[in-house]
Amino acid sequence: MLILECPYCGVKAEETELHAGGEAHLKRFGPGSTDGEFHDYLFMRENPKGVHFERWRHANGCGKWFHAARCTMTLEVFGTYSAQTFEPPQEIRDAITAKRPGWTWRDLK
Amino acid sequence: MKRYSVFAVAREALRYHTGWERAWRSPEPKRHYDVIIVGAGGHGLATAYYLGKNFGITNVAIIEKGWLGGGNTGRNTTIIRSNYLQDPSAAIYEKARSLYETMSQDLNYNVMFSPRGVLMLAQTQHEIRGYKRTAHANALQGVETEFVSPERVKEIVPIINLHGPRYPVLGALWQERGGTARHDAVAWGYARACSDMGMDIIQQCEVQGVRVVNGRVAGVDTTKGPIDCDKLGMVVAGNASVLADQAGFRLPMESVALQAMVSEPIKPCMDVVVMANTVHGYMSQSDKGEMVIGGGTDGFNNYTQRGSFHHIEETVRALNETFPMVSRLKMLRQWGGIVDVTGDRSPIISKTPVGNTFVNCGWGTGGFKSIPGSGWAMAELMATGHSPLTEEFSINRFQEGKFIDESVAAGVAH
Ligand SMILES: Cc1cc2nc3c(=O)[nH]c(=O)nc-3n(C[C@H](O)[C@H](O)[C@H](O)COP(=O)(O)OP(=O)(O)OC[C@H]3O[C@@H](n4cnc5c(N)ncnc54)[C@H](O)[C@@H]3O)c2cc1C
Ligand SMILES: [Zn+2]
Repeated sequence: MLILECPYCGVKAEETELHAGGEAHLKRFGPGSTDGEFHDYLFMRENPKGVHFERWRHANGCGKWFHAARCTMTLEVFGTYSAQTFEPPQEIRDAITAKRPGWTWRDLK
Repeated sequence: MKRYSVFAVAREALRYHTGWERAWRSPEPKRHYDVIIVGAGGHGLATAYYLGKNFGITNVAIIEKGWLGGGNTGRNTTIIRSNYLQDPSAAIYEKARSLYETMSQDLNYNVMFSPRGVLMLAQTQHEIRGYKRTAHANALQGVETEFVSPERVKEIVPIINLHGPRYPVLGALWQERGGTARHDAVAWGYARACSDMGMDIIQQCEVQGVRVVNGRVAGVDTTKGPIDCDKLGMVVAGNASVLADQAGFRLPMESVALQAMVSEPIKPCMDVVVMANTVHGYMSQSDKGEMVIGGGTDGFNNYTQRGSFHHIEETVRALNETFPMVSRLKMLRQWGGIVDVTGDRSPIISKTPVGNTFVNCGWGTGGFKSIPGSGWAMAELMATGHSPLTEEFSINRFQEGKFIDESVAAGVAH
């Protein structure tokens, strides 16, 4: 069972208390973008076997959105962090590097 | 290949079963093949089979990282039906269903196809409207289905409880020619026929890289060394994004776990397949007597072939309401498979940005039923560059906004 710690209220919530919100740090493309950018934004998704960044919502708790970094292969959680950021903070990246040296995700390393 | 028949059984009985041969060879890979198929699940094996049978292409290797049929093909609940909503879906699923009817004879291998009938329960007003719409669409597509009353449902499935407190049964979509087949046998039957045509099935061999030269595929790098090919077919279900990444392109797809379980074996009590999509539960009885039960998918990407525990509870809760007798059954086994889900819940059978490389994936929670039709179409696409059955399932449909929206018909179940 997947357990994530909500970075806002500090509760360790298991998955029935949470709502999965899909890939993290999507850059939104709208009017003025190319067809390709719009297509990728709408339909293309990172689907890695390993390190992944996602949005989650503490739905049956404080209700806040947050981010999580975890491994899709082992369900290991590397950390959770605020929703108010465009990319994972350095301490989360360091936590991943400690356990998965050489990891990549989109253009992050 | 020695054919299986009643005479073979008698002959072997008289000589203590010493004459049976292995159903397929396990050769070492050659340096080069005309076609490499990655993934020895049902779709990969069927693709290879029809490449040989319909197009005479037999210098083919099927490369499998585990054992053949060990992916979703060996993990599914084997429901076969073709009552989809959109025309392109109806065409390929109905092609598949009709090929299932003669598959045992065609392969000389008993796949135990059992057209026992599939009932999809309508338990909300919304579902009634949805299934009536599907029944009308099916009538136009030439697929035989019927919307039936609750009384008829009770006649077909006497163990059902029509008046559940949360979700009473308000009617059902009934496809009498749908049913089940033995999942392993489908993989094994195709494997035996492929091996007999001279194709190499290479198990315990993982593809770890795709070599692309001047925009076209040159071969694959595997745990058994590099192997060259003229054409490549990627048929790896939940692992499709990983393989596409190796070839340098992306897929509009995400992978999640879907699970199923079986009960202890009991006397025959239900001779059709029943699906309850609103409550995420479906059930049939195997020939061994086990109740085969499928449930919901996990809400987040994962590759753990296990599935979240609370889905078991949800599924069992729903089934208890609809089939009260199930509440006394013990469950024997539970397992999961990694299913490949696209935005419109329809598969991708397509050319790719890499030359001579083709992909067949996105069957998600419901691709066992389509194995023969998909293999037939994918073989045609790979051999000739074009297939009427796959045209609408191209990767480009998202760019063009030509979705094949089956989320009503296939989003939650099988
Ligand atoms: C629990 C469950 C219940 C289901 N119920 C139904 C149902 O009732 N009816 C229905 O129609 N469908 C059902 N499905 C869906 C169905 O099982 C799948 O759509 C179908 O089996 C997919 O077949 P496939 O050949 O594409 O994939 P698979 O059978 O998964 O085969 C893909 C193969 O590729 C191999 N592979 C992956 N990566 C590599 C690599 N890098 N190198 C070499 N080999 C690789 C894998 O090991 C695997 O054997 C269900 C699925 C699940 C999980
Ligand atoms: Zn919280």
